[in-house]
Formats: sequence, structure tokens, C-alpha cells
Amino acid sequence: MTVTEDRPAEQAHEIGSARRRKEDQRLITGRAKWTDNVMLPGMLHLAMVRSPFAHAKITHIDVSEAKKSRNVVTVLTGADVADEQGALPCAWPIAEDQKSQAHPSIAVDRVTFAGEIVAVVAARSADEARDAAELVDVDYEELPAVVDLKEAAADTVLAHPDLGTNKSAFWQFDSAGAGTGGSVDDAIRDAEVLIEREYRQQRLIPAYMEPRSYAVDPTGEQYVMWSSTQIPHILKLMLALTLGIPESKIRVIAQDVGGGFGGKLQVTPEEVITMLVARRTGKPCKYTDTRSESMMAGHHGRDQWQKLTLAAKRDGTVTGLKVDLLANMGAYLGLVTPGIPILGAFMFIGIYKFPAYQFNCTNIFTNLTWTDAYRGAGRPEATYAIERMMDQLAAELDMDPIEVREKNWIKHEEFPFTTVAGLEYDSGNYEAATARAKEMFGYDELRAEQKRRRESNDPVQLGIGVSTFTEMCGLAPSRVLGSLNYGAGGWEHAQVRMLPSGKVEVVTGVSPHGQGHVTAWSQIAADRLGVPFEDIEVLHGDTQVSHKGLDTYGSRSLVVGGSAVVAAADKVIERAKPIAAHLLEASVDDIEFEAGRFSVAGTDKGIGIGELALASFSAHNLPDGVEPGLDADATFDPSNFSFPHGTHLCALEIDTETGGVKMRKYVAVDDVGNIVNPLLVEGQVHGGLVQGIAQALWEEAVHDAAGTLVSASFVDYLVPTAADTISFDTDRTVTPSTSNPLGTKGVGEAGTIASTPAVVNAVVDALQPFGVSDVQMPCTPERIWKAIHGSGAGGGEPTEKGAMPHFDEDQSPNVATGTDTAQGDVR
Amino acid sequence: MTRINVQVDGADYADDVEPRMLLVHYLRERLGKTGTVVGCDTSNCGACTVHLDGRSVKSCNMLAVQADGHTVTTIEGLATDGELHPVQAAFRECHALQCGYCTPGMIMQSVDLLNENPNPSEEEIRTGLEGNLCRCTGYHNIVKAVQTAASGGASA
Repeated sequence: MTVTEDRPAEQAHEIGSARRRKEDQRLITGRAKWTDNVMLPGMLHLAMVRSPFAHAKITHIDVSEAKKSRNVVTVLTGADVADEQGALPCAWPIAEDQKSQAHPSIAVDRVTFAGEIVAVVAARSADEARDAAELVDVDYEELPAVVDLKEAAADTVLAHPDLGTNKSAFWQFDSAGAGTGGSVDDAIRDAEVLIEREYRQQRLIPAYMEPRSYAVDPTGEQYVMWSSTQIPHILKLMLALTLGIPESKIRVIAQDVGGGFGGKLQVTPEEVITMLVARRTGKPCKYTDTRSESMMAGHHGRDQWQKLTLAAKRDGTVTGLKVDLLANMGAYLGLVTPGIPILGAFMFIGIYKFPAYQFNCTNIFTNLTWTDAYRGAGRPEATYAIERMMDQLAAELDMDPIEVREKNWIKHEEFPFTTVAGLEYDSGNYEAATARAKEMFGYDELRAEQKRRRESNDPVQLGIGVSTFTEMCGLAPSRVLGSLNYGAGGWEHAQVRMLPSGKVEVVTGVSPHGQGHVTAWSQIAADRLGVPFEDIEVLHGDTQVSHKGLDTYGSRSLVVGGSAVVAAADKVIERAKPIAAHLLEASVDDIEFEAGRFSVAGTDKGIGIGELALASFSAHNLPDGVEPGLDADATFDPSNFSFPHGTHLCALEIDTETGGVKMRKYVAVDDVGNIVNPLLVEGQVHGGLVQGIAQALWEEAVHDAAGTLVSASFVDYLVPTAADTISFDTDRTVTPSTSNPLGTKGVGEAGTIASTPAVVNAVVDALQPFGVSDVQMPCTPERIWKAIHGSGAGGGEPTEKGAMPHFDEDQSPNVATGTDTAQGDVR
Repeated sequence: MTRINVQVDGADYADDVEPRMLLVHYLRERLGKTGTVVGCDTSNCGACTVHLDGRSVKSCNMLAVQADGHTVTTIEGLATDGELHPVQAAFRECHALQCGYCTPGMIMQSVDLLNENPNPSEEEIRTGLEGNLCRCTGYHNIVKAVQTAASGGASA
């Protein structure tokens, strides 16, 4: 054993460097392993028969023709599997008295949304399965369907008649009651300025590029499920609980997953059905969505009405905020459906020092596809509301929107700051991010141009939108989740394995689907262990390899999962020290570790970590009582959420003659704490921006009066193209988070959360000369044109009703015309 | 069943296929060319884009029998002798992919775009990629990658 080996070459810091991704080689050469690639001998292919009705009784199903169809192996209805299919899980009941409807994977006697599965065909090829699915003859007796959220809240038509109401649950946070602030009713009573608005969060479709796909192999000792899921670990547990299969008999593999955005944070009927059919037939089975199925039956996102009351003083100081939400659950409660609006409960106050706050949320059933997580999950809704309201306050008081924000935001020297919602924001610097954004944007010049265009009645008006946002990320401290009645903790697991060859395997419990975790985790481990980036392999997404974890969502992976890697690496080093001391004939207390080398303090004696890994593997010369191997496990449970923030500024032109919108410039200055890889951070911001901008301008899941989704394809659901978007100007400020060892805050959702209000604020700002104070999302040219020309903020019947300007029932819903009622009520 | 002869990524294939079989399914299921993927049913997303006789086509929008007698290049045949095509290299260099599902189609379309117009403006790039959807990148870095490839900026 040499104890005087050369020190490794001076290593550059991996953390902070723009490493190109390890993941890319296979993805750019067509060698990725998608779930739909899985082909096994004798594999059966499944096709679903889905209800065309939003609400109907199933009176009869005739499968005889389908069964006779070529190469069909079996056809199963809900009745066939009623005793074995269980009910799909909801892991987040928000209230003791929450009402819910058992959710079978295959409807048994009643369908409650269009697209619900009523039968499944298994055949030897996908085409033959689909052919046979066409032959399944289902008799329905249509029932009244409740499609509109507000009508549902009135309980005139019931989504689930047996429940007796469409109200699933009510949840409140009140700062006076919680002791975190004053009474919002007092604040409203005493307000010098009162802004009341109602905003619509339209229903969105996650639209990940890879349609959902599942394959199950029932041969051997375990059921092996390949799933295009974000949550292999949660899925494994939930499949066991749903189907009564021992958890140890299920292995879930999420290989390459083509995007998720929350849309694959679910335990789906199709997963359970694929498992059921595999169990019944004893054959490997595979199901892959068509795009329309993915859009119709994969869960949707957002869908709220938000009533907001903001109290302020005449100098612009905010004094209270009251929020009343109607949140559309759709027909069932999915994995975390009820909790999605509650994730926004703490964020409606944004970055501002409200002394009084109340949040009320009523979760409502309708006969539509169920909603659940979609990028941002609860927080975009909250941020949209507060950032629109701050603009309205500024407009009301004839103040600059940044000035009114500055007057109310938490100053950088006030951190850590406990908000009126009871959260402790650990760090931030809103002044710095805003100053940088204004500088990059050319704020004053653009305001001057806006003034010129207004004065000259230019048919093309300029709008400037501001969004100064924060979000709670890094889901989550387990204790907090427990207090919110969430079904699991929020910790994350990692394992670092030191291989005898000197290579390193890092096992992570998070489950990447595009984020670049393999690259970032390699950077973290390389720095921590002092081994080359290239020598690190990151393993994930197979419950047999990564045996525990809580998966990827809520901007948690780096903050929680990356911190677990740090903790595991540190344990490896601690395990190695006694062995190093033994080999170097020194006291453990004198062993120092730096840049991959253990050395004896004050000497030039040392040994590299790779060599130590080999020594501990061969175990020929270990100290007494020391186990062979250096591998270590760690779990990390954060002490607090992290709070990324930023300032986004958007400039867009509106052609007042056509309602057409053209984005001119978009500046995003985000503070996501310390950066592991700036390339990945920017990528997340860019993609997030476009998803948020798309909510503002283009996307909406539209249903007809009968509850049929009429935007169930990429022809009708407007996912933006390269031609619709622009290049962005991004930069960062860095105030490290104090709740995790990396000082990171999470970046997955930031762009989406911040951009929607920035864009709508810009649209409304452009239309200010026309007296317009709101345009309902998506702000289509039609809606904008109608807003300008005083015929409502509409565009399409169900959404044409403009946002109510005032909560009085007899006020006309005519926001976009900019009538007096649309303005804040100045006392 | 109809007999087709088709050259894919430099190899010759002779197969009997159902007349209704789409080219993309032929590539994936019969030839194991799973680098080419399906993202939609309406030929909007472009994930399945391949080259037919050197021009980009959406392989979900074509029957396998229509490829009879033609040459198909997929993402798997783009690199030559282990050297990435400059567009592939540029996608990696510019972080123009995240989940990677749209990437094969996006790269094949970008190659076609640059074959037609070796020095496109940003607007020409954006218009040229209009038939390919990406949900992860916001297109920002995809545009940059095409610009980089056009200027010969990224090496394999």
C-alpha cells in the first residue's frame, strides 16, 4: 500500500459549472428507453373503451362481438373486475369531513366524465385491440351532467348524486384565528382603498410530449411494471394498497420518461388495468395512450374561480387580503387533487407584508376529467391572483406597478421573515432582482415609448407587465406535510456506493424525466467526494435499484434529493476516515479530507479515496471492528421550504384593430439560491416561461355543454410552437437558501409561476387607455378585441362571461368594457 | 399483406406489412428503430419526423407501403462512423433538450431546415420548426442550437 501517492490534479469545482448533460448522448442518437419500447414475448396490447358521456348509467355492455374479433384474448368490463380492482388512491384528504367518491379504474355501473374507461380489450397487437374496442357495445342512460364550476357550486345538478352535494371539502386559513396576523374583515372595513376582483384560472392540460405508457410483466416472482411515471416509488406502494398485492412483489421501473410537469404525478386507471389484465391473463401486457386519450383522460390542471378582496391605504400600503376559491376537482379525487389549491393557500400574499389574511377554498366536484398537479400546482394560481391585484392597486392609485410592490415587499434586511400565512421565508433580495430586471429590460425607455404610443393613439399599443413572485419549493418538511394531512413525508433518500475500481454509483430516490438530475447529481458527488465527474453513475427510477424515495415534483429534487446525496457522500467520507487512519498509521483525529484525498494533518502522507475504496473492498487490512465497504445511505428531511423568487418583466404589443398580441421582450431575473449547473437552470426557466405564457395567451381545455372535451388534440389545444415564442433574456441573483446544505431553492416551477401574471398584466396594461381592467385567460385576440370594443372579455360561450367586477349579484359582468364597476371602490 | 423493400439507415429491408401500417410503426415495431417516437395522432407534434429520400416527413403521416422503394433516415442513422451530426452535437452543446422525447424529430427537422437554408435567421428557424412541438425547452435553446449548427459552432 503506497501512502505517498501523488495528489490528484487540482480539481475545478463542478458545482456551478455549465456541464453538458450526461443524459444527452442517448437522447440525441435515438437510444433512449421509453416505456412504449418495451416488447416482451407473447405480449398483449390493451385498448380502452371510453365513455362518450360526461354522466351516464351503464345499463348494458355487450362484448361478444369484440371477443370474436381477430386475435383478441380477453375483454373485461367493470363488472368483471369489480371485486378485485379496488379504488384509486387519494393521498391527501384535506378535511376530516371531506366527501369523496370511490374511483374504480373501470367504471362499473356509472360513468362520471367523458373519457372514463368502461371496458378494456387485450389483443395480440395494438391495432387488433383498437379494432375490437370499437365493437364493444355499451348502452348508456344519460344523466344530467354538471360541467360549469359555478353551477356545480350551486348544487343544482350533482356530479355524484349519492353524495348529496358537489362540495367535497372546505379549507380555511385565517390569520386572526392562527395568531399570525390581524382580522381581514377589520382590514376590509377600515380600508381606504378596496379592490375586488374575480379571476378565472382556466383548465389546462399538462401535454407532456410522451403519451402515457405502461407495461406489466407478470411472469417470474414479481410483477414488473414499466411506467412513464414521475413517481415510481409512490406508484409501487399505491399499486400494492389498491390491488392487495404485497409491496415486495411489485417492481416499478421508470426508464426514460418524456416529460411530466405534474401530469405524471398520478396513479392512473390505466396502470391498474394493465396490472389487472396481466394478472388475469398471465401474459405481459402493454398500454399506450393515443394523444387524444392522454388529453381526455390524463388528469388536467388549474381550474379555479378566484374572488379576491384587497384592502389598502391610499398611499399604497396593503392592509389585508381575502381569498375565496372555488376549485374544480373534476369527477374524482386523484392522488393529491384536494391539496393542490391548498398548496397555494400560503402564497396568495406573495412577497408582501400583509398584516391580515384569510384564505377560503371550497373543492367542488363536476363531471369533468379530474384535476391534479400541473407545473406549479396551486402556486401559479396564487401568484397570478396577487400579482394581478397589485397591478390593479397600482392602476387604481395611479402608481407605477413596481413602486406599489416596492412599498409592500419584504426588504432584504428583514429576512428571515415570518409571513401572515405563517411561513418563514428564509432568504431573498427582491430589490436586487428587480433592479437587475429593470436594467436588462430598459424599463424607463419602454414606459416612455408606451406614453408616446398612447398619446399618438397608435393602433399598436405597448403593454408592460410586472411579476415579482415567490414560491414555496423543496416539498417538503415531513412535519409540515403531516400537519396538512398529507399521506406521506417529504424526505428524500440517496446512497453513495464506492466501487472497488474507484468508480462511484449514486442512487437517488428522485425520478428525473428531463431535468438533468444525472448530470447535476454527478457534479454534487464529484465535488463532495473529489472524484471525476465522468466516474460517477447516477442510478434511479427502478424500485429494485433505488429502493426508497419520494420521487420528483414540487421543485424538490435538487433541494431535498440533492441534499441527500451530500449527506450520503459525507457519510462515505466519515466511514473512510478510520480506515485511512489505520493505513496511514495515524490517529483518526488527524485525518483530513480534501479533493478526494485523505491525509494526515501536518504531513505529506495521504491516500486517495479510490484507493481506499479498493482497500475497504479487499478488506485485507482493516482496523478491528470495521465493516468492509464505504457505501453509505442517507435521507434528508428539510427543516423548511425553500423560497425562490424573482422579477419578471414582459413587454408586448397589441394591435388594437385585430386584438393580435406580439411579445417584444421578456426579462426573467430569478433567484433560485446557489446554482449547481447554470445551463440546467436556464433550461428550466425557459421551458417554465413558455408554459406560463401559454396559460396567459393560448391554452385552455374547452368543453361543450354536454361535458365533452372539444380540445382533445394538438389541433385544438394550443401548445405553442417555436413560431409563437421569442428568445428570452434571463439572469440571476443569488441569495442562498438556509434550509439545505446546498443553499439551493429549486427552479422547476419558477418560470411557470412568474410568467402568467407578467403577461396578463402586460395585456391589461396595454389596454388601460381603453378602460379595460381585466381580460380573461387565455387572452386570445378575440377576447382582447372584444375587450377593446366594449363587448365583454369573452370568446366562446362558456368563457365569454367576463370576470365579475364586483360580487354584487346584480352588477353586470362586464369587466372588459372598463365600466366604473370594474374599477376599485375608492372611499 | 404487401411486400415492401425499403432502405433504412443504410440497411436494406424486405417485409410484408399490413397496408394500414404507418411508417412510424413499421420503423419501431418491425425494425426496432425505437429512436423514432409517436407523440400525437394528428401529425401536429413532429416527434416522429424522419427523412424520406433526404427530406423530412412525419412518419406517422405516411403508410409503410408508401416508403416502398425509398430511402429512410432516422435519428439512429444520422451520426456517421460514431461522429455525431453537427446538429446533434449542437443540441447537446446548447442544452436544446430536456426530456428528449421531441428531440429525434426536432433534430431531423432541423437538419432538413439547414439543408434547405444553411444560414437561417431566427425567424426562419422558428417558422421552420413550427411543425415540431417541444414542451420542455421553451424552444429558446433549440433555436440557439440550430444557429450554432449553422455557424459550425459545436463539435461532436
